Amino acid sequence: MSPATSAPQIGENQIALLEKLSNACAVSGDEAQVRRIVLEEIKPFADDLRVDALGNVLAVRKARTPGALRVMVDAHMDEVGFMIVEDDKDGLFRFVAVGGIDERTLPGKKVLVGSENVPGIIGAKPIHLAEEGETERKIPLESLRIDVGLKGGKKVRVGDRATFATRFWQSGVALFGKALDDRLGVATLIELFKNPPENIELLAAFTVQEEIGLRGARPAAYAFNPQLAVALDSTPANDLPVWDGSENIFYNTRLGGGPALYVADSATLSDPRLVRHFAQTGEQMGIPFQFRQPGGGGTNAGAIHRVREGVPSLSVSVPGRYAHTAVMLARLDDWQNTLALVYHALSRLEPGILQR
Amino acid sequence: MTEIKDFLKTLISLPGLSGYEEPVREVISREWQPLVDELSVSRLGSLHALKRGISPEPRPRILLAAHMDAIGMMVTRITPEGLIAFTEVGGLDPRILPAQPVRVFGKEPLRGVIVQPSDRLLPPSQKGKPVEMKHLLIDTGLPAEEVRRLVKIGDPVAFDTEPLELPDELICGHTLDNRASVAALTVCLQTLRRATHDWDVYAVATAQEEETLGGGLTSPFEIRPTLAIAIDVTFAKGPGVNDYRGKTLDGGVVLGWGPQSHPRVFDDLKALAEHLDIPFEIEVYPRASGTDAYAMQIVAEGIPTMVVSIPLRYMHTPVEVVSLNDIRRVGRLLAEYILRLTPEDVQKITWEEA
Repeated sequence: MSPATSAPQIGENQIALLEKLSNACAVSGDEAQVRRIVLEEIKPFADDLRVDALGNVLAVRKARTPGALRVMVDAHMDEVGFMIVEDDKDGLFRFVAVGGIDERTLPGKKVLVGSENVPGIIGAKPIHLAEEGETERKIPLESLRIDVGLKGGKKVRVGDRATFATRFWQSGVALFGKALDDRLGVATLIELFKNPPENIELLAAFTVQEEIGLRGARPAAYAFNPQLAVALDSTPANDLPVWDGSENIFYNTRLGGGPALYVADSATLSDPRLVRHFAQTGEQMGIPFQFRQPGGGGTNAGAIHRVREGVPSLSVSVPGRYAHTAVMLARLDDWQNTLALVYHALSRLEPGILQR
Repeated sequence: MTEIKDFLKTLISLPGLSGYEEPVREVISREWQPLVDELSVSRLGSLHALKRGISPEPRPRILLAAHMDAIGMMVTRITPEGLIAFTEVGGLDPRILPAQPVRVFGKEPLRGVIVQPSDRLLPPSQKGKPVEMKHLLIDTGLPAEEVRRLVKIGDPVAFDTEPLELPDELICGHTLDNRASVAALTVCLQTLRRATHDWDVYAVATAQEEETLGGGLTSPFEIRPTLAIAIDVTFAKGPGVNDYRGKTLDGGVVLGWGPQSHPRVFDDLKALAEHLDIPFEIEVYPRASGTDAYAMQIVAEGIPTMVVSIPLRYMHTPVEVVSLNDIRRVGRLLAEYILRLTPEDVQKITWEEA
């Protein structure tokens, strides 16, 4: 137990790693690009490391003290995107969404296709040719195509995944990227793994297929058989103004408000002992945090907490705006505070927390 | 001489909203300076470049106009939270805007993204529908006080999509309408560089085409050309464009046929393209050409005009696509046309004898 030790810091190297992770393409079911980065980063630090049957990266850092709690910390590697489903010839391809994507955000975007990241675009009909009233109707997904250029089709096949081509950028405290959900979690877990709290056995699960039904987390939790679990994810900061100036009562979380602790979402009732412990840690250490408004949504905790005889679980998210679009936004201070809160809360964990 | 691909990629990386063309005008001016005899800027901000001909005065003049201004947005309001509301400059389909990276040109350029607030924050009538432009916002991710310090109402906003090369000489990016034509005009000037020609050549990068045709109405008045040709982009066939209005991407020069196309000039350009084996297609426009030619034709006592176009996919989106081959073909055809013009040709660009 050494609550006095300081949490790892987010500096240039950590931001560079987040950039690399955010720019990598890892649509659910095809997480290889992110998995390679994760393996490269954590290999030198792992006491045990394997890639399981689904492609989850399962890594262990042993505790330095006896009788330590075995704590699973999860972050999903996959992101939403598309799959190419039909070759329309001349470099045009039909596609469908993988994961929850608002199709209203697709026209006019650059994408990367397949394992070689072939560049392409999703175009739109010129406004000049729009018929009366047409701009008030959604552009149907069936009418959109990924265009890789007249002669670019040779490198693209039906079945290839595709995702947004947005390259990460930082603007002051603002971080912009396509897949900050959940590369912020992945980057946080990598930092924790490199600088682990000494009092716990850290069972790090970099999971697959979260966006299409929390698929990877369940076998990962089964394999680890942890005593408790924390899911690191990203949650919407829906804190924009309401159109008529009235109070925004559905903000979910606020950007700049610090890490979001989940009490309840549509898939999980967080373990109250863990919620209390994390909140107390924040209060006592002076780390800003917020409670996510209970309600919809869900994280891998929804799968993890019901594995085997049950795993007391909590989700902690970096608040972010515009997840599942080409450009997501998060704040550097929220990320730093998330890393600090999770590090300190884990450092202060004692086996007694699970006694009823 | 800059390779045209690199020059075009520079052009589409620059702002230059209608009425705010200075950043792009300066770069075009530097590129054209060694290729011409005189450069000047018009009262409304168009760039005029003159390359003199060699026939005796009064020498006929050809004006080649490519508009350099860009569509984009303008700040209309800053919310207490520091989000930025905007309106369009030029025609924008609001459905292509959500999740689009932009740059706000305040006291310093700020990067941000256009966002659609979630359904719960919008009027119930907007639920699940394309969000109207008045409800879209720009998020810079910065604290509200920082946004208010740097941004004011009226500041221009530009798309911030980096140029992308696609296989076989295709280029993708924002503002290829009409920087592709500025590039074609540059190819024409590069081709004419060491050549002599009878007519004076006025290359003009016009201002404000997308909003008011301001450059197209004023530059010809100052120059008083014998003939004026608008170089612009036109719809290429592809997703969303399947009828007669769509031309072939990488299919060659598009010669416009309609009320702003003088038949003699049309015939000569068509015959020349055939002679030189430059691929071309014909675009018919029954009423009005949506180009500077529409303005130039009615300047002063009237000017014979023609429209030459480059096929472009996804017009007025930040992912427009053109073929560099088409740009080079347009540049070459115009240069070859100019090299063949004689003082006597002035008599040809007429109608029936009165």
